[in-house]
Amino acid sequence: MTTMEQKPDLATLKQKAAARQLNFFYGTKQALKSIELPIYEHRVTALIGPSGCGKSTFLRCFNRMHDLYPGNRYEGEIRLFPDDVNLLAPEVDPIEVRMRLSMVFQKPNPFPKSIFENVAYGLRVRGLKNKTEISDRVEAALKGAALYNEAKDRLHDLASNLSGGQQQRLCIARALAADPELLLFDEPTSALDPIATASIEELIQELRTKVTILIVTHNMQQAARVSDFTAYMYLGELVEFGWTDDVFFRPKKKQTEDYITGRFG
Amino acid sequence: MRRDDTAAIRAVIAAGKRKDLAFAVLGVAALVFAAATFVALFTDMLIDGGHRLKLDFFTNFASRRAENAGIVAAWVGTLTVMVVTAAIAVPIGVASGIYLEEYAPRNLFTDIIEININNLAGVPSIVYGLLALGMFVHTFGLGASVLTAGLTLALLILPIVIVSTREAIRSIPGVIREAAYALGATRWQMVKDHVLPYSMPGILTGIIIGLSRAIGETAPIVTIGAVTFIAFLPPSPITAEPPFLSFEWLSSAFTAMPIQIFNWTSRPDAAFQANASAAALVLVLMTVLMNAFAIWLRWRLRRNIKW
Amino acid sequence: MSAESGLTAGRLGHRRSRRLKEKAIELVLFACAMVAVLTTVGIVFILLKESLVFFRAVPIGDFLTDTQWTPLFADAHFGIIVLLSGTLTSAAIALSIAIPMGTVLAIYLSEFAGARTREIAKPVLELLAGIPTIVFGYFALFFLTPILQQVLPWLPGFNLLSAGIVMGIMIVPYVSSISEDAMRAVPVSLREGSYALGATRLQTAVKVVVPAAFSGLAAGYILGISRAVGETMIVAVAAGMQPNLTFNPFEQAATITAYIVQVAKGDLPHGSIGYQTIFAAGLTLFLLTLCFNLLGYWLRKRFREVY
Repeated sequence: MTTMEQKPDLATLKQKAAARQLNFFYGTKQALKSIELPIYEHRVTALIGPSGCGKSTFLRCFNRMHDLYPGNRYEGEIRLFPDDVNLLAPEVDPIEVRMRLSMVFQKPNPFPKSIFENVAYGLRVRGLKNKTEISDRVEAALKGAALYNEAKDRLHDLASNLSGGQQQRLCIARALAADPELLLFDEPTSALDPIATASIEELIQELRTKVTILIVTHNMQQAARVSDFTAYMYLGELVEFGWTDDVFFRPKKKQTEDYITGRFG
Repeated sequence: MRRDDTAAIRAVIAAGKRKDLAFAVLGVAALVFAAATFVALFTDMLIDGGHRLKLDFFTNFASRRAENAGIVAAWVGTLTVMVVTAAIAVPIGVASGIYLEEYAPRNLFTDIIEININNLAGVPSIVYGLLALGMFVHTFGLGASVLTAGLTLALLILPIVIVSTREAIRSIPGVIREAAYALGATRWQMVKDHVLPYSMPGILTGIIIGLSRAIGETAPIVTIGAVTFIAFLPPSPITAEPPFLSFEWLSSAFTAMPIQIFNWTSRPDAAFQANASAAALVLVLMTVLMNAFAIWLRWRLRRNIKW
Repeated sequence: MSAESGLTAGRLGHRRSRRLKEKAIELVLFACAMVAVLTTVGIVFILLKESLVFFRAVPIGDFLTDTQWTPLFADAHFGIIVLLSGTLTSAAIALSIAIPMGTVLAIYLSEFAGARTREIAKPVLELLAGIPTIVFGYFALFFLTPILQQVLPWLPGFNLLSAGIVMGIMIVPYVSSISEDAMRAVPVSLREGSYALGATRLQTAVKVVVPAAFSGLAAGYILGISRAVGETMIVAVAAGMQPNLTFNPFEQAATITAYIVQVAKGDLPHGSIGYQTIFAAGLTLFLLTLCFNLLGYWLRKRFREVY
């Protein structure tokens, strides 16, 4: 987390992505209202807010997960830089979007395969055939997820034999292997014990030097520990956005302050 | 991701999408093939035997002359046997289902019962015929009668009735049971007044599906010795003298639709082939109607239930 | 006070008789549930009893190794392999159609098709499954065989190929139904994890869902095998009833089931060697399907436990 002294001027920071006037509808029900949010490169941006505020819905817009189910509709844009392409445009292929962005889910969801094959899955899906390259990238991803030392002797064991925290790190390795431009975390530690949670949070801190991270969390303290920027959402709207310690210690809106101080949740 | 990859990635995605499309086509083709088989079957029987579906076909007995042969003994036999089948399978099957869902403790004995039911569902129908031949026809001395046939088919469809009863009962939420108990009902009262009425549609569906299966079964009733050339119907259950009710029909010899079809199919004469087609058409119509009714009933009850 | 005690006294008396009634009802229900166990016991008993008589006359070694099956000849041979060859060949042909087609259908319906397609497909497949097997037998003999003979003019009128193909089509709904259930039980999170990595529908289905659902799929396949081995009427009508030791689908042959039907159709003096052979053959069949059924049951329990 960036301290006050280290905070650079926002204008000098590069944006990796930005949501522009984003509206989202589940059928006729509007779940997101006119969201404007910058995502800064190589930083961790946290999305917080009470249950049902739309933070997961917002996250899943980035990699077009809503396209998998009928009846959903996007309005507005999510632009990805430096290409300056609108990820939500109908001409843009959702599969290609998902190849450029990676997601880690709330409950660890390793495939019924070996540790190696789990991490290699994204590479194979991209058509990578070269065995050495796959092996190298799997190793790099496992190292990046701080799982390599524990896994290197049992790469071909079933992933289901790992503990919960290890499985989630495996899912992170799987997401990293594909070299994503943006890494999306959907409440990644809510199903884990405190020790595993701490190791994942540490990992996120290390990862941000290489990849931009957007994390949804229902745990305010986690957001405070882990992120550079925080966005507070309520009932589908973006209420406040800013440097994390600004949002937590000097919130501009009373609504934000009420949530932070626990007047409601 | 390195930008120079984009063209390669797009090619890979395009290939993947082509495979998706190819598979979807394959899936639809498989479905169409299944439906087409059904249509071909129906049309073939219609063409071969449709012209035989006149009133006398339904009222004539079997005959050595194909044009005079009819299915009256067969369809009356089928209906009579179905009555016995239902009378045996329904009470025993529903009672078993109730026992297993509401009363049975979770122990080895219950597991044995469940494994048995599962296994019986997979036993070939001809083995039931052998059971009937050995035990019912000979050991119990019931002969090749309507009762034997009904008993055999009842045992055959018992697993179907039990499983659908259990599934129907299982779909009732626990809170309904708790509410009944809280009002002081005994277990049987709760079952009789709440569980049974609410699960009745599901149970009924299972019974219809079971009976539609029993109607088409040939192997077991051939094995117990149902004859094919019968020139009489089972005696009527209603008699002229007191006590006005007779059970003679239970011990009567009989035939059934599947047997008649089997017999006519085995004759090399083309005229009998037409009879076989016509009878098969009637049997398929009976089965399809029963199945369709069961499907409709299940759909209808799913709409009404709002737990 | 006295009114209360009067009330309580009446209640207590009631309670005992009520408890007895409840126990009696539970006993009746239990007895019904035991019918399934009794049926299995009955089947095993009668098959063993009659087979034991058979094996006193025919050594089991001969039964398993003799290459001829001519039980009613003066020089009688009792090699079950002859009948087994017909059973296994027709089953193999059937499964080579039912397993691929059933799996493709299951994957398509579970991973590709929309709700409306599924709503149409389910009844179509259920209707196909409801057609009596004697009608399928008729279809194989009078519709499919002539068509096959157009392509293969030397194909005999009775042959294992025609019977096997139709049997395969008949089994497809069983395989696809269980396989589809198994795949739909795979959690959504696994699929989303795959899609989120840029996989297509087919890749997700084949690389993630199918492996995850594998024991359920295997249970469906085992059920198909069991159905194929135990099927009677299709092979009895279309493959002929001549025992023939062959694995050639273009020939006619009798299966275990067809043999039993053939003998039972004729006159069977109780206690004759002909009578005994059908029980020995039936025992073989029962043991075969028992193994498959137990395997399938175990597999289905395993896949239900995983999720």
